[in-house]
Amino acid sequence: MKKGRSTAVGVAFVGLCVLATATIIVMLAIILGQIIWYGAPGITLEFLSAAPADGMRAGGIWPAIFGTFALVVLMTIAVVPFGVLTAIYLVEYSKPGSRFAKAVNLAVSNLAGVPSIVFGLFGLGFFVQFVGAGIDQVAFGGQLVFGQPAILWAALTLALLTLPVVIVTTGEALRAVPANAREASLALGATRWQTVSRVVLPQCTAGVLTGAILAVSRGAGEVAPIMFTGAAYFLPSLPTKLNDQFMELGYHIYVMSTQSPNVEETKPILFATVFVLLALTFVLNAAAIGIRARFRQSLRPSDA
Amino acid sequence: MESEAAGVLPRVTTETLQRAASNNRRFTRIVERLVEGWVKLSAMAAIVTIFLIFIFVGREALPLLWEHPEPGLEHEVVTWSNLVGPTHYPDRPSRFMWQPVSNVPKYNLVPLIIGTLKTTIIAILFAGPLAILAAILSSEFAPRWAREIIKPTIELLAGIPSVVLGFFALMVLATWVQDLLGLRIRLNALTAGMALGLAVIPIIFTVAEDALTTVPKAYREASFALGANRWETAIKIVVPAALPGIFAGVVLGFGRAVGETMVVLMASGNAATTTWAFTDSVRTMSATIAAELGEVVWGSPHYRVLFLIGVLLFIFTFVVNLCGEIYVLRLKARLEGTRP
Repeated sequence: MKKGRSTAVGVAFVGLCVLATATIIVMLAIILGQIIWYGAPGITLEFLSAAPADGMRAGGIWPAIFGTFALVVLMTIAVVPFGVLTAIYLVEYSKPGSRFAKAVNLAVSNLAGVPSIVFGLFGLGFFVQFVGAGIDQVAFGGQLVFGQPAILWAALTLALLTLPVVIVTTGEALRAVPANAREASLALGATRWQTVSRVVLPQCTAGVLTGAILAVSRGAGEVAPIMFTGAAYFLPSLPTKLNDQFMELGYHIYVMSTQSPNVEETKPILFATVFVLLALTFVLNAAAIGIRARFRQSLRPSDA
Repeated sequence: MESEAAGVLPRVTTETLQRAASNNRRFTRIVERLVEGWVKLSAMAAIVTIFLIFIFVGREALPLLWEHPEPGLEHEVVTWSNLVGPTHYPDRPSRFMWQPVSNVPKYNLVPLIIGTLKTTIIAILFAGPLAILAAILSSEFAPRWAREIIKPTIELLAGIPSVVLGFFALMVLATWVQDLLGLRIRLNALTAGMALGLAVIPIIFTVAEDALTTVPKAYREASFALGANRWETAIKIVVPAALPGIFAGVVLGFGRAVGETMVVLMASGNAATTTWAFTDSVRTMSATIAAELGEVVWGSPHYRVLFLIGVLLFIFTFVVNLCGEIYVLRLKARLEGTRP
């Protein structure tokens, strides 16, 4: 009697778990389905290569694609060296349990939790108002050159936001390198840095690459940090200098869906733009997952 | 060529070789020192960034404390009682108001705090049970093939940019919720909270699943040995052991939901109300910054108050994350039998 009731409760509980999981999967399917269904038909060569026209009700999104690309390239250049070196410090140099290493770890995980809008405020307060205006004072005699929102400041703000991603991913890759590779190198008389740079890092290129890709995929989707540090509603020309403003896919989506005078008319273009942004981030994420899986396999000791 | 070069070279003796080797060693040692210093300096980047964020966001907000209004702008002065206390009227009941652009600007934070709490609570109520149950399924019951569907789904969900979730909530979800419940207001706390929940599910799931899988195998084996079946072991042994970790997941999700901007900016309606009805429009702290900073006069009280909101968000999420992290570390240490 008791046994039967307990089985029923068990079945009910597992059923509840399945139901919850199914709900999540269905919601994701609905979101992706809607965006693909309404967005994919709008993807044409012209849409990808033309500038917005007619108050964003027609034309394409080429400036936003270009701006996003330029933004993440600058961001990657800034974030990867710092992220990789921090990970090297944490995994290869710091003594286990050292105070400084603990502080760095704590700072990294807290940095990952700072709201993106706070990064936006920081980018404006620090990069634009302090660093940029400072450069103008010193180098340009008070002329307004860098003391204004610009692609450089937006990229640096995003670099800080994605720093934890690079540190964590690279750290994982470094930890996956077997300890005996390091021991063999050190036993042959190589120094710490020689070991890291010639033995450990070459085995981790895939890990570093994964970190960079994940950072790009995260950075490409963030809007709040770049709203005040460099992104623009609409620009007639592409950014060519570091202190130019730029258009960006995510920001473009925000602008079109909230500021458009006629949302119904903008809808096809809007869905197509969302489709492009989503495809971009998913392709990057898939690439990162694939590279990571192959990397893990390559480190597994072979049976032969 | 070769013979010429050979003629110039000094005669190689043991001594020269030794000297070269020791020079080389000294050089290597210097390089080693330099590199180590450089690596350590780079590792400080994260710590420095945290401090810089605090200093430079605070720097723009702090002048509120000592700045005196210019002549003729006395009514614009921002005081603590203005920020948190209601505005009193002789003929009407006192109210909490966020009206930064008006003849008499009102910078009362209460409506924004209520708005933030409302959307966040809805998000957690929506995301928490789903994510926790899915985590339990994934770690306790699911066969391998099912796990290989669940995990990528969560990763995919985590990869959706928040502006896309906001867009979806604004264009699709809002209409569905409105039609389904027959609501008067299209963009409301409920819609924004649900979309926010979608952003939070991956965090709660990941932390909860991590906590569940950290529970040692011995716990399960002991339970099985005593005759408990799989679901009894899951509910009575594994989940209680991992409960602090699951709770930490909810706390971290809460921190994320409070700071999340684009979803609420696009889907909440952005009306600074003080009601607790979940079907009213709301304005959250993060959305207020995003919506107003672009049009504000630099250095004005309004500008300073927006940075003050940023400081509050930063401090709040910092404390929440710190608590969550410490909780997770403690739990792991306890389950693995080591001291933190």
